[in-house]
Amino acid sequence: MNETYRAFAEFAQTWGLLYFVGIFACVLAYALSPKRRREFEHAARLPLSED
Amino acid sequence: MRQEISADGPGAPGTREPDDGGKHMSFGEGGLAVVFALLTLACLVVAAKATDGAYAFHAYLSALASLATVFVILNRYTDRPATLPPLEIDGKPNYNFGPVKFCTIAAVFWGIAGFLIGVIIAFQLAFPALNFDLPWTAFGRLRPLHTSAVIFAFGGNVLIGTSFYVVQRTCRARLAGYLAPWFVVLGYNFFIVIAGTGYLLGITQGKEYAEPEWYADLWLTIVWVAYLMVFLATIWRRKEPHIYVANWFYLAFIVTIAMLHLGNNASIPVSVFSPKSYIVWAGVQDAMVQWWYGHNAVGFFLTAGFLAIMYYFIPKRAERPVYSYRLSIIHFWAIIFLYIWAGPHHLHYTALPDWAQTLGMTFSIMLWMPSWGGMINGLMTLSGAWDKLRTDPVLRMMVVSVAFYGMATFEGPLMSVKAVNSLSHYTDWTIGHVHAGALGWVAYISFGAVYCLVPWLWNKRELYSLKLVNWHFWISTIGIVFYISAMWVAGILQGLMWRAYTSLGFLEYSFIETVDAMHPFYIIRAVGGVLFLIGALLMAFNIYMTIREPEAAAADTGVRNPALLPAE
Repeated sequence: MNETYRAFAEFAQTWGLLYFVGIFACVLAYALSPKRRREFEHAARLPLSED
Repeated sequence: MRQEISADGPGAPGTREPDDGGKHMSFGEGGLAVVFALLTLACLVVAAKATDGAYAFHAYLSALASLATVFVILNRYTDRPATLPPLEIDGKPNYNFGPVKFCTIAAVFWGIAGFLIGVIIAFQLAFPALNFDLPWTAFGRLRPLHTSAVIFAFGGNVLIGTSFYVVQRTCRARLAGYLAPWFVVLGYNFFIVIAGTGYLLGITQGKEYAEPEWYADLWLTIVWVAYLMVFLATIWRRKEPHIYVANWFYLAFIVTIAMLHLGNNASIPVSVFSPKSYIVWAGVQDAMVQWWYGHNAVGFFLTAGFLAIMYYFIPKRAERPVYSYRLSIIHFWAIIFLYIWAGPHHLHYTALPDWAQTLGMTFSIMLWMPSWGGMINGLMTLSGAWDKLRTDPVLRMMVVSVAFYGMATFEGPLMSVKAVNSLSHYTDWTIGHVHAGALGWVAYISFGAVYCLVPWLWNKRELYSLKLVNWHFWISTIGIVFYISAMWVAGILQGLMWRAYTSLGFLEYSFIETVDAMHPFYIIRAVGGVLFLIGALLMAFNIYMTIREPEAAAADTGVRNPALLPAE
């Protein structure tokens, strides 16, 4: 039990952390990329430009 | 607009086709009618063999509702034209607003019921004689009735209604399914009726915000899966390539609530003929799962869903684009990542392992950042339109709600700090904090959304009276201030009295002395609740009068939302 717990805790505290930080870095890259400027400017107006 | 509305109601003039010869019952109609017919029989068997009266009552109620459903499905079929409503009319989406209208009315009804019960239990705390020594009116049964009525009945109908509206508008597509949206809306409200009557009759599994027993939970699971399907299928058929951020928040709300509901209600019924069940989790694990559920009910029901409302209705009403769309994406993902870990702060200084408590506290503090990011994004959406706050009480209500969101999401992380929590936990400060969020944020953004939706849905130029909205705003704001300031004082006083020692090391106050000290604050709180209720009654009257007004001419509705041109 103790061994299993330790193995899980170690995994979560290292790889789990890296995994989340990695995904969040991807989110930041997606949101802040200058490539998507036009798309986001359009999206910000979506509620206003309806038929 | 006129076309959409007439296509909505079966049998409305102009939609019936002259020849009904090629009419067939769809698979959904036939299948659902058969399923509900079988369900009627099953419920009757359960009712006959039920171990207790309250459960038999629920079984009869379900049998009656199932039978009514069969009748309604068949009736709707005989009344409808041979073809199902088209997805588009003249190249424009043929929106389905019937279920949204139902949710809007239901939300107002349940809201007033929930606020009223809140006022009653507030007076019960101040004057215990008001329990009347009857089991059905005891505080212990009315309190879950209040919390469920305001969170799930009022809040839930607002969320389902607005999500069905926003997803259609921002995807420019008709709501998926013919009967499915009605199944979601009516099925959800039936769940509310079962849950509420169950509490009064003494059926509960004793888990906070998850009181309904196994059979109600099972029903809600089916309804919720249908909700997810309708929402996803509508996004799937969208004409607008980008999925607007509000839809992301709604989706996170739907998916996470499904996961939480399944995890926290993993219980095994004693028998099909008994309402009683036992949870599979034991001891502190059960407590952990309960508060993983409980706090994420706050995070994903009361926050993510209502943030979706903020991201649609504030830009719309202010006629300004979202301040920073990039921030809204980061806001979304950061909230999703962090909220799910914050639950253990409900179990500080308990048998929960210390590391788990610290984890809950740390994530709660980190949550402050995305919360305020979202608040800033909502408030700054008004840049260039701040003057509207002076003239438009609906917009003012929504902006004040975002300010309350900021306040409550600052107070929350503060209270999750273990040192602060040792003072605040189990005191009325917690109740004050919850109501800053529930009355200030959730209810105000909902009122704003309802005030926006009613003229749009019923095709009216404006609300019956903006002046009444103004009165609603001020009366209920004073009510909220009474409520939360009374609870701050009461909570901190209570916490300090509980931890006061004499020079000899004895407790300075007996428990009953701390109860006695609360009396004046309980009265102030109840008065605050009465003011909030009066505000909601004004809203109900205003909405009733708005719906009764003559419809706006087609030309008027065209300029309702003039597409804003950027001043480039």
